[in-house]
Amino acid sequence: MSANAQNVSARFPVPVEPLGQVRSGSPRGGLAPVAVGRPAHSVLPEISKVSLSEICLSYRAQSGERLLALDHINLQVQRGEFVCVVGPSGCGKSTLLHLIAGLQPQTSGQVFLDGKPVQGPGPDRILIFQDHGLFPWLTVGQNVEFGMKMKGISKAEREEKTRHYLRLVHLAKFENSYIHQLSGGMRQRVAIARALATEPDVLLMDEPFAALDAQTRDLLHDELERIWNDTGRTIIFVTHNVREAVRLGDRVVLLTFRPGRVKSEFPVELPRPRHLEDPTVARAAREILDELRDEINRSLEAEYNEGVKPRIEPGGEL
Amino acid sequence: MKRALHYIIFYGALLGLWTLLAELKIWPPYLFPTPWGVAESLYAGFQDHTYWIAIRVSMQRVLIGYGISVVLGMILGLGVASNKFLEETMGGLLVSLQSLPSICWWPLALLWFGLNQNAILFVVIMGSLLSVTLAMEDGRKQMPKIFGQAGRNLGAKGFKLFWYVLLPASLPFIVSGLKQGWAFAWRSLITAEMLYLSLGLGQVLMMGRDLNDMSAVIAVMILIIAIGYVVDGVVFKGMERHLQNKWGLTPAT
Repeated sequence: MSANAQNVSARFPVPVEPLGQVRSGSPRGGLAPVAVGRPAHSVLPEISKVSLSEICLSYRAQSGERLLALDHINLQVQRGEFVCVVGPSGCGKSTLLHLIAGLQPQTSGQVFLDGKPVQGPGPDRILIFQDHGLFPWLTVGQNVEFGMKMKGISKAEREEKTRHYLRLVHLAKFENSYIHQLSGGMRQRVAIARALATEPDVLLMDEPFAALDAQTRDLLHDELERIWNDTGRTIIFVTHNVREAVRLGDRVVLLTFRPGRVKSEFPVELPRPRHLEDPTVARAAREILDELRDEINRSLEAEYNEGVKPRIEPGGEL
Repeated sequence: MKRALHYIIFYGALLGLWTLLAELKIWPPYLFPTPWGVAESLYAGFQDHTYWIAIRVSMQRVLIGYGISVVLGMILGLGVASNKFLEETMGGLLVSLQSLPSICWWPLALLWFGLNQNAILFVVIMGSLLSVTLAMEDGRKQMPKIFGQAGRNLGAKGFKLFWYVLLPASLPFIVSGLKQGWAFAWRSLITAEMLYLSLGLGQVLMMGRDLNDMSAVIAVMILIIAIGYVVDGVVFKGMERHLQNKWGLTPAT
């Protein structure tokens, strides 16, 4: 019921193979288009960095009935790939990140990292929250070193790395500030530095720039792209902003509205660096948006009819 | 400046009224002492070290008792907050137990521990444990969930998660409960000390009664109030200010 990826026959996006390949490490199908300069799309069999296999999540609504939030999600993310997940609000895309992070158990299915099943949270997958989740009782520097401290890394190494990552996000001067003294954009940069400092293989970003003003967001896009380039991390980026997804991603994955299914995948083969205002970005975004429109309409309809959306809180159980 | 003036006027008037009533000699001076008599008692008490010793003994007891309450209360509160079963069962019990004055534990404490310091400590702990537990439970619930998630995400678990994340994250929400716990601990201690010869402030207070020395009684009462006030003003106000500076919060009542 999930393999409903639609091939879109426009010049962009390039159609990808139908979904439903469950086993991680399976070849991605010889017919899949090969993105230039991204060896991850090579036809050689390679174990995916992150692999979601038949992920389902259901929860009990207040009325007592079981609702399906995520429906047989299958997704392969290659090492070093920048994948953006878009979908209408309420499609469970944030929840999906929480599952990958191991902060919440799925009802069925399995998340694999390097082919190994994921059990619980681990510093190899760091989630960056929309409202940053920085610790207000710690200074910027202490926030950045927190993950390393939990790992038991020596003080000297921690200090050195903290300085390194703060320089990377251009916040070296704010090492001793408290979080409430920073602007929204600076807080997100601290959150990125804190995530990178644990040297995770995978960065999971949950609408990290949604609450920022346009100028700050543009700057952070550039910074994130640069950091991704420099560090070669795998990034799974959730957003409801299609243009942002096209601006940043190697690939855009579209989820349907309740239950969340993978509707289609769009490789983005535009040259980098890209800009939000590029006409090519806008055109690509338009095509994805056309597909998304149905889902958005369905979500709006549900919202009007129900008055209140029965939202699932990501990480509902702790 | 204006506030200081208000203070002077208010306390001046209070002292004036007190002096007036005492000087009118409606009651005999040993029943209703003058402010000067109380001041002399205070001076004498500090001079012969009675008060110093009493303060030291009482403070020692309250610190031990309150300390144990805080540690136990945090563990209990966290347990109640994070376990549905405990919340449903023990949560209600804790609230209902809070209506029991801690001194009601005194007879049990005497039988269990004997007439000694441990009995006093027990009453102190029973006095403040519930406040701390309920505050911790409440704080843990009020604390934004994102902190726990972020902490686990960054590799904190078990004790590390509690110590480095959950505890500091809930502090702003439990500081008023800690303060209330302290007030209960202090009151329970004085009450228990009044019932048992024990060197503490409570005993010195009762000694004043036995000697029909009301100025000594009032002197000790002032001491008890002053210590409670100083701890509140220095320790807890300082903690609140510190938290506000870090978190950038406005004072939470």
